[in-house]
Amino acid sequence: MTETVRYMDRTRDYYRALGYPSDYVWSRFDTVPFAPLTKPLSEATIGLVTTASPPDLGNRDASGKRQVWSGAVSPAPAKLFTDNLAWDKESTHTDDRSSFLPIEAIQHWAAEGLVGGVAARFHGVPTEYSQRKTIEIDAPQVLERLRADCADAALLSPL
Amino acid sequence: MPTVIVGSALDIVEYCGVPRFLFTDFPLGNPCGPPWRQDLQRTIAGQALALLRDADAPSTTWRSDVLWPSDDDWRPRYGRVKPEDVERLRAVGEERRRTQAQARTPE
Repeated sequence: MTETVRYMDRTRDYYRALGYPSDYVWSRFDTVPFAPLTKPLSEATIGLVTTASPPDLGNRDASGKRQVWSGAVSPAPAKLFTDNLAWDKESTHTDDRSSFLPIEAIQHWAAEGLVGGVAARFHGVPTEYSQRKTIEIDAPQVLERLRADCADAALLSPL
Repeated sequence: MPTVIVGSALDIVEYCGVPRFLFTDFPLGNPCGPPWRQDLQRTIAGQALALLRDADAPSTTWRSDVLWPSDDDWRPRYGRVKPEDVERLRAVGEERRRTQAQARTPE
């Protein structure tokens, strides 16, 4: 089997090359949480979560800080803004939004009866250097919005 | 709330620790399938849903059997620091730190 790319090593090397004295420290659970699905998948509504931004960058507040945002799955957005994210811009592109936010693919499986349906909104979570903002501010907001949409489970697909 | 993550950075997601992870071995940017390949995107979404249903313990990783539809020349590319880039990157870092220090200095 082909060896998978070691992104943590590459990130360390990259920031060392930029001259930063200390390495990035990734967030990590001491005990990984787990919530079981409490109803049959065929009856479950799935909420979708992305790290992309809206095309108009409307998720920025007055100081330019990115905030949690939401968008409708119908009509689904043709494109989302991803230029600010760290993805492999030399090897691929993000012109096909469904390659990173699978609205149509989940709708397909809902039509086939595998899953109950897709929640009416998807949610965007900013990628932050501050783990405190992600854990204490953004994640609870996303959870609150998923619950407001009556989602039974969430599919997260960070770029 | 039950969650499943679909992503392409195996080492990072497994280090962080998540309940359920469907690993798609693709260049970063298209975790849910190659662009314009609705057939493969559906397959991957179906695998993610099955993982959501079938996992019974945290840190469950499944590896999608969908292959990136080109050769493997993308693997060495992302984030690699090439010898000829070292000086340029050091200058970029210094400029970035200078800008950040100015932003922190009161008017």
